[in-house]
Amino acid sequence: MNQDFSPDRAACGFARDIPLVLDAGEAAALRAGARVGISAAHESAHLHVAGAAPYVDDVPEAAGTLHAALAPSPVASGVLRSIDRAALLAMPGVVAVLTAADIPGANDCGPVIHDDPILADGTLRYRGQPVALIVATARDLARLAAARIGPCLDIEPATPVLTAREAYARGDALLPPASLIRESAPGALTAALAAAPHRLGGQFSLGGQEQFYLEGQIAYALPTENQGLRVLCSTQHPSEMQHLIAHALGWRSHQVLVECRRMGGGFGGKESQSGLFACCASIAAARLGRPVKLRLDRDDDFIMTGRRHPFEYDYDVAFDDDGRITGIEATLIANGGHSADLSGAVMTRALCHLDNAYYLPEVAINGFVARTNTQSNTAFRGFGGPQGALLIEIVMDRIARHLGRDPLAVRRANFYGVASRNVTPYRQTIEDNVVAALVDELVAQADYQGRVAAVAAFNRSNSVLKKGIALTPVKFGISFNVPHLNQAGALVHVYADGSVLVNHGGTEMGQGLNTKVAQVVADALGIGFAAVRCSATDTSKIANTSATAASTGADLNGMAARDAAMTIRNRLADFAAARHGGEAADVQFANDVVRVSGIALAFATLVRQAYEARVQLWSDGFYATPKVHWNPKGLHGRPFYYFAYGAAASEVIIDTLTGEVSLLRADILHDAGRSLNPAIDIGQIEGGFIQSMGWLTTEELVWHATDGRLLTHAPSTYKIPTANDCPAALHTRLFDNPNTEPTIHRSKAVGEPPMLLAFSVLLAIRDAIAATGGPGADPDLRAPATPEAVLDAIASLDAIRP
Amino acid sequence: MQQPISFYFDNRIVRVADQPITATVLAWLRGAVRRTGTKEGCAEGDCGACTVIVAELADEAGDAGGIRAGNLVLRPINACIRFLPTLHGKALLTIEDLAGLTDRALHPVQQAMVDCHGSQCGFCTPGFVMSLFATYLRHQAAQTTPDRAAIAHDLAGNLCRCTGYRPILDAAARMFALPPATLDTAPIEAALRAVAAETGAGLSYAAAGQAGPGARFYAPREVDALAAWYAERPEATLLAGATDIGLWVNKRFRDVGDLLYLGDVAALRCIEREGDVLRIGAGATLEAAWAALIGLEPALGEMALRFAGPPVRHAGTMGGNVANGSPIGDAAPVLMAMDARLVLQHGAQSREVPLDAFYLDYMRNDLAKGEFLRAILVPLPDPDTRMRAYKISKRFDCDISALSCGLAVTLEGETISRVRLAFGGMAATVRRARHAEAALHEAVWGEAAVRAAMAALDEDFTPLSDLRASRGYRRLVARNLLWRFWLETRSAAPLPAASVRVRTFAMAGAV
Repeated sequence: MNQDFSPDRAACGFARDIPLVLDAGEAAALRAGARVGISAAHESAHLHVAGAAPYVDDVPEAAGTLHAALAPSPVASGVLRSIDRAALLAMPGVVAVLTAADIPGANDCGPVIHDDPILADGTLRYRGQPVALIVATARDLARLAAARIGPCLDIEPATPVLTAREAYARGDALLPPASLIRESAPGALTAALAAAPHRLGGQFSLGGQEQFYLEGQIAYALPTENQGLRVLCSTQHPSEMQHLIAHALGWRSHQVLVECRRMGGGFGGKESQSGLFACCASIAAARLGRPVKLRLDRDDDFIMTGRRHPFEYDYDVAFDDDGRITGIEATLIANGGHSADLSGAVMTRALCHLDNAYYLPEVAINGFVARTNTQSNTAFRGFGGPQGALLIEIVMDRIARHLGRDPLAVRRANFYGVASRNVTPYRQTIEDNVVAALVDELVAQADYQGRVAAVAAFNRSNSVLKKGIALTPVKFGISFNVPHLNQAGALVHVYADGSVLVNHGGTEMGQGLNTKVAQVVADALGIGFAAVRCSATDTSKIANTSATAASTGADLNGMAARDAAMTIRNRLADFAAARHGGEAADVQFANDVVRVSGIALAFATLVRQAYEARVQLWSDGFYATPKVHWNPKGLHGRPFYYFAYGAAASEVIIDTLTGEVSLLRADILHDAGRSLNPAIDIGQIEGGFIQSMGWLTTEELVWHATDGRLLTHAPSTYKIPTANDCPAALHTRLFDNPNTEPTIHRSKAVGEPPMLLAFSVLLAIRDAIAATGGPGADPDLRAPATPEAVLDAIASLDAIRP
Repeated sequence: MQQPISFYFDNRIVRVADQPITATVLAWLRGAVRRTGTKEGCAEGDCGACTVIVAELADEAGDAGGIRAGNLVLRPINACIRFLPTLHGKALLTIEDLAGLTDRALHPVQQAMVDCHGSQCGFCTPGFVMSLFATYLRHQAAQTTPDRAAIAHDLAGNLCRCTGYRPILDAAARMFALPPATLDTAPIEAALRAVAAETGAGLSYAAAGQAGPGARFYAPREVDALAAWYAERPEATLLAGATDIGLWVNKRFRDVGDLLYLGDVAALRCIEREGDVLRIGAGATLEAAWAALIGLEPALGEMALRFAGPPVRHAGTMGGNVANGSPIGDAAPVLMAMDARLVLQHGAQSREVPLDAFYLDYMRNDLAKGEFLRAILVPLPDPDTRMRAYKISKRFDCDISALSCGLAVTLEGETISRVRLAFGGMAATVRRARHAEAALHEAVWGEAAVRAAMAALDEDFTPLSDLRASRGYRRLVARNLLWRFWLETRSAAPLPAASVRVRTFAMAGAV
């Protein structure tokens, strides 16, 4: 991308005075009237760079606003007998100290299962769990009082369970264990394992990941008339916030309005877990009759909210001389934390992604969500999919090393077929498989084979540093696994001056959803970007929305917005034909001009005429994804409308003395269908790749082994990638592949699938470590591959060291 | 005498009298004047979302290391851990000021970020823009353009979770190709001279309108005044860059009492050669101090880059890092390997102690009550000394060391006449590995002696296991770093850094 940056300043973007920088092809398409497939800058980009894009904490505070803080449990497990509030109430500025008993409705913010208390209900479940809500005249004073909670608590501590393996051994699960089994005949898997010419078993350990959205959790609740609340919240799921707040207050949903203009990052961490903070701010505001803001300190955000589930794996795989898998059994143990949250759906997605791009003839995958005394783990970009798919990539690598074959050859031998070997373990037939062609194209683009040889040559002549290279594919299912969530609504207003306001149920967290939806509307109406404005997501505009999650934001809301815009366009076309002659079907809308019956008039002129003729110029729109269905008991059906594909080749270098790693080059080829906005899609692909690389390399979570404290509780101790971790040689391209399903302009979802691309980095590290051993060396490398993990893996080979 | 905090902001001098002495610049911006473009991401100086520029008159600035524009020195810093009274006599530039520097819709830094799709969620973006603005000013003044590696180093203190950085790095290259915008420093300089003229011997500030005596902030301009004030009030907290004290306040709610700020004492910010010694004033910024040390020993370049990110290096001081005495401070192992000495002062009295005798125990040092670190004295290296400094952490940039070390041998022929092996992260304090040193002393600089020293390290250290690394890893890597040192500095066929260090290899752009 950076090499072929040949800008052409074309027409304006969403900021009226800032021309778009486009390549020549897109510039020509834009001039010809295209509004999708154009790399328009993010609709807020000009505001971002000026510090003029307001987030919740930037909205001017209403007079009388109070500030809240949450007091944390000092133990990971135990019984909370009582809280003595007197000392805290005597502290400067403290207005109220609220506990579970003060919650008028249900003390619960569990999104699926009602097992998640807002404030501790007597049982202490993890260290950092909110036990009391402190409200004060200033944020600092509320935080100070919250930090002084310890002596006010009468606690009987208990011994916590802190690891998933320990909970698994005790059979302590948050949800009933699930098994995804598909056999050609009963007992076929057992037979395949027993009869296999080759068999490998083992364990693998994969750490969790903190979302580290730059904007922390925040909610600001303002009382409105007649027992109502308006809540500004940084959330991916305004409708659920509305529902949870009403539930906690014992109200009905129509009393609560939740609004979110934008988030400073979400990544899944604000799908369900913004609920705790939305509820707390609302409980305090409703009780005190004053606006209450709850903005978490970063450390509190770390110790109170969950993250990507760490996984532990046991597996047993059978394969033939070509490395082709004949049967596999795997058990996935997720650390769910103290409550179910979204863990059930996360595990389902993990089970449904263990196959990644590979056909598994006989397969049994067991899922166990362990209950531990830690933060409740939740959604994070990929939602279990990466945790499922990584295992099979480790297995592929092990098979290749066991057989002494090229890992890519083993992967190719196992790829799903197009006409046969094309049914997933959950019995969905794959109809859009392009993985083999995509990988072939990347192999050529990246000169993969030539570089494999160059890496080997380097390793022969270097003793301290070793290189590794790997190429891994991606297949990722798109749709919510729960079919009813696959729906969306939108509202498009065309004002009498021809300007357009777009609203929809999705939320903007940086992924460019509003930009894409506005492009779709501009395309439908044939108008310029500057004529379209996006507004905040608002539960009083679109009801019963789904979370902006599962990569579906543009698929669902883009279609709903197009539906609304096309309704208006059709009305305008009917009106234009009636007024000016000709057929409605022949009316053309492009470049702010409407052509009807041989005359051309400005879009705004037609709109004014239509308004005066009493034509309705606003419309709602709706979309429900077709074809998807799911049997949650048997774990089969068609959970995914389609699949997104990709592949990445990464080359790394490791230091065998220290375990330090550096990514030298990555080549990415990714399938975004027919892209709505190539620049935004490449941004998602590269952003996801680097974020996932962080998960698999430097981002290590550590809890105190006995007291359950999260020791990596801030960016000082939890290390996400920096600019220096992005390789100078990062080559990203989009794979030309219009969606076989009629999605919005044949595009594909792009938020989560790129999380699988960075598997190539971990596998390349594994390859480099293997180079320190003899033929067939098969290192035992856990993830994240920190310097220490790398040295441990080298030691596992008994390599020669000084 | 009661004085307000006076500084240049929003094109004029503002005077603040009502803020607590530990009010942060960020809290004041977002709360008191509702300039919300500057964001809080972590409140501990690790994410850079709150990056702003602080400017001061070059003749007051005392040290190098900042960015020169006109007669100003500008520095990117973290507003979240900077106390407002430290702005007295300086200028504060925030993201909102950039648009005013150009006739166009956006400043070239901002325009390039839009053109290259450098923002996604946008929350980190103002901080990135301000760091890039600092880069822009530096290279505009020097009429240079940075390469990609230099840009990435400039951005090491800014975290972005969305983009993966590639478009931001592209923007940083592109901003120099757009029509330029210049910062007119004249009005700022004039305003700062006016404040300086009325400030006299220094700022003495306490928040107005508080009940009781209230904590006091004192920022003298002369060393003697500082020494006398501190000797009289040894319970006061000595404040330099606040890159640690800011966290005491933000995260631990600690009452720091009266603050004695040494950042306005020009004499303490000096770095100068005195005979065969480099004298680093205790108030010199990390940016300036590391530059001076690299001037003595180019092999320290990587350690300097990895010591925090630019906003911390521009605020924090090497004196603070040494006096703070954390076992994982990265300056001390390097300085110890260079046989640095410390000048300590109490009232009018001063004394010198070797750095390797300064640390007594975990977070305990040889400073008496009311005594402060005045300067670090670094002997100029012997030409026959071979030195390296290594840092090991999970992330290359801006991480806390699992272990770090400064390693030096001086050779007479092939025989080691002097050896210093100083380690951080291996014990309760930074300290020398005496057993390993003994194994090398007067030995031939060869594989046998190195292996003996590696084995002896086990007698020197029994490190802890913690979130950064296990005891076993620390032990193994400490040994391996000695080996790396030998590979790099042996007389026969020494290996270049790119053969033993992954980042050096990566930055050489070999793929």
